[in-house]
Amino acid sequence: MLISNMEIVPGKRVKKHLGLVQGSTVRAKHAGRDIMAGLKNIFGGELKGYTDLLSEARDGALERLSEQADSIGANAVVNVRFSTSAIAAGASEILVYGTAVVLEDM
Amino acid sequence: MIAEIVIFLVLLLLGFGFGRLAEKRHYRRIREREDAYRSLIVVPGRVLPSQYVHHQSRLVRGNVVISVDYFKVVVAGLRNLVGGRVATFESLLDRARREAILRMQAQARECGADAVYNMKFETSRVSGNAGQSVGSVEVLAYGTALIPRAG
Repeated sequence: MLISNMEIVPGKRVKKHLGLVQGSTVRAKHAGRDIMAGLKNIFGGELKGYTDLLSEARDGALERLSEQADSIGANAVVNVRFSTSAIAAGASEILVYGTAVVLEDM
Repeated sequence: MIAEIVIFLVLLLLGFGFGRLAEKRHYRRIREREDAYRSLIVVPGRVLPSQYVHHQSRLVRGNVVISVDYFKVVVAGLRNLVGGRVATFESLLDRARREAILRMQAQARECGADAVYNMKFETSRVSGNAGQSVGSVEVLAYGTALIPRAG
């Protein structure tokens, strides 16, 4: 599955548009990580635990996006966008969406 | 009452000292890596020059969650009273954005790309700990890496 955030793919032509596909995950924070984060709020610096957590969540969302695209017969998702929203205290939703297409060689 | 003031001042000092040290170190690391990645072009535009016609494309991204220090929170709180530029938070976001780009570039270089096009940023607040109003920010940078085809 080719995933790109551009609407054109070099060397390929869009044969068919299959519409919007999306994938999302909702992740809660870890209590242990939260305590570390509390300390970091005094000293400042990177919260490695959260960086990894959100990165993993995006991997999961992208996986769901490709599964959905795969199930409708697409071979690529173009114009992909990411979106993050805090839906509750301590939980955030990661959304990734894009246009499923069938690409062919030019 | 006095104990509270002492705790506040200690936190303020710790935040100021460690926060500044961390920021200085981080900026030094950022500059070193920016020099190393100078040859890997990052473009926010989406018009592809003809030299990339035969390249392969792939989504790459880099993210970082960065926390404010206590001193910055207090200074920003004071700033809120009179308005104006909150310089302490500006440097925080600047560091986060540059770091996110660097991580995206690292991922792009790993798969052999020579450019990243259509780079986009996303900034979101990671909600703070219970009861605390200021937490940390996440910056995500993503774009399409262009990888030359072998042969």
